[in-house]
Amino acid sequence: MTFSPQLEERFQKMLAAYPEGRKRSAVVPMLIYAQDETGAVTPELIDEVARRCQVTPLQVDEVVGYYSMLHRKPQGKYHVQVCTNISCLLVGGMELYEHACKKLGIGHKETTADGQFSLEEVECMGACSWAPAVEINYDFHHHITPEKLDQLIDGLRKKQ
Amino acid sequence: MAKTLYNEPSPLETMILSKRFRLENSHTLDSYLANGGFKAFLKAKEMTPEQIVDEVKASALRGRGGAGFPTGMKWSFVPRSSPKPKYIVVNADESEPGTCKDRLLMEYDPFQMIEGILIAGLAMDSHKGYIYIRGEYRYLIEHVDRALAEAYKRGYLGKNIAGTGFEFDLYTHSGAGAYECGEETALLDSLEGKRGIPRMKPPFPAVAGVWACPTLLNNVETFSAVPEIILNGGKAFADLGTPKNGGTRLLCISGHVNKPGVYEVPLGYPMMKAINEIAGGIPNGKKLKAVVPGGSSCPILKADECDIAMDYDTLAKVGSMLGSGGMVVMDETTDMVKVALRIMRFYAHESCGWCIPCREGTTWLKKILQRFDDGGGRKEDVPLLGELSKNMLGRTFCALGDAAAMPTISIVEKFAEDFEKRLAREMVAV
Repeated sequence: MTFSPQLEERFQKMLAAYPEGRKRSAVVPMLIYAQDETGAVTPELIDEVARRCQVTPLQVDEVVGYYSMLHRKPQGKYHVQVCTNISCLLVGGMELYEHACKKLGIGHKETTADGQFSLEEVECMGACSWAPAVEINYDFHHHITPEKLDQLIDGLRKKQ
Repeated sequence: MAKTLYNEPSPLETMILSKRFRLENSHTLDSYLANGGFKAFLKAKEMTPEQIVDEVKASALRGRGGAGFPTGMKWSFVPRSSPKPKYIVVNADESEPGTCKDRLLMEYDPFQMIEGILIAGLAMDSHKGYIYIRGEYRYLIEHVDRALAEAYKRGYLGKNIAGTGFEFDLYTHSGAGAYECGEETALLDSLEGKRGIPRMKPPFPAVAGVWACPTLLNNVETFSAVPEIILNGGKAFADLGTPKNGGTRLLCISGHVNKPGVYEVPLGYPMMKAINEIAGGIPNGKKLKAVVPGGSSCPILKADECDIAMDYDTLAKVGSMLGSGGMVVMDETTDMVKVALRIMRFYAHESCGWCIPCREGTTWLKKILQRFDDGGGRKEDVPLLGELSKNMLGRTFCALGDAAAMPTISIVEKFAEDFEKRLAREMVAV
């Protein structure tokens, strides 16, 4: 498999970060960065990461199910993650999540038919003092109300 | 020049670790060097490893990740003379619900953390370190990567650091979404490229950590406190707090307060003062009902228990913990059944599944609480929740089982009336 030159450069750095014979350490970081380009952890990607890290494909496959950010099916172009854990819950996180379901017409870990948006009710993501919080792909958004979420989503729809 | 962070500062703060946060370009090496940066490293270079460890011991610094283990003692466990390479690992997997402070330390003053790591490197005779950052903090991984690149370029990492001859390589390592990887031995397995499953202790990581080599693991905030300790002395740091609870900590206040935010206060700070004066009190004149003192794993305090000094030992005396600094404030309208359920949904989701008391215990507790919240609660569920939780205590492989059980026990015991109210409502409905 080939990746973008930027990602190839990152992989080279990653593999050089661990001591001799410890390339297995790069498995998880490599998977998470690679899936951003490939859209999902495919069997082909598993084989490629295994080859690069000098482990068996099974040793790569077994971590995929463990880490919640790794996924075997493609998500939407914009992955909307709404936190409903305790700090967010107290200030409207659950209502925000329910609003997001209605707004996007999808539920937990579902993707819109056009492939543009996916939704996930997530666990604490470290934005507790600026709750309720939403992370879209890797961008944090703090103090989010249903109205602000509408604006964010509508803005992304226009961007397409 | 002041800049706006995520929240306004409070005049009641004692800014030690956050003292540079509001400087323009505080995240750059130039700003760091212009404001006292790397003086502590140069001072530590002139000290013996024993002197460095003794200074950290004298500071009464305790681990800021949650467990509160004395940092100097942890440092002294790493066998400096081991023929194996020794590694330093930074726990930046900040995932304890209610906690959002390491983000700020890495975002606004990454070099403070880096300098702390280098000082630990001098003390341990270690030359390689990894900063394990949770995958959700991608922007921070890139931010810290830029800081590391700058440090390499300017001779503050790599060979011959700041002309001292000391060598150290430092890297970031991305997690990919797993609360369990905040547990130090699970983090080490994750760093080795495996599922993040906790290891049996002993051996402790200090002796056999990553790749079975001696490893020092500390939280971001713990390392960030080290330059201050070396520069101004352990005693001065210790004196900021209470006996055996040295220094300041970044308190993350969330929930029902007018000014939620991250504020730096000395250890032993009065909880009610933090709520009412720093965080501006509870909105709409509502009364306080409960406080999670340090992340969702800590037993919850009732309003009448909150007139308390926030240090490790005082909170331990009332059966709770200072934890990770994630303080969640709940007003009188809070439904503790919903709180207990949400906390348990989290632990059931995050249990790694390795040991049965945790995997099955959290799942059953979640199911009982879900049924209760859905209106199918039974009178016997309340003692059942307590009994199940108590059966998990101390019987799981790592602390996640305790972390799930402790808040549940405290909620069921202290807020039984919330459960009874639900049952009464169902009786009427029938």
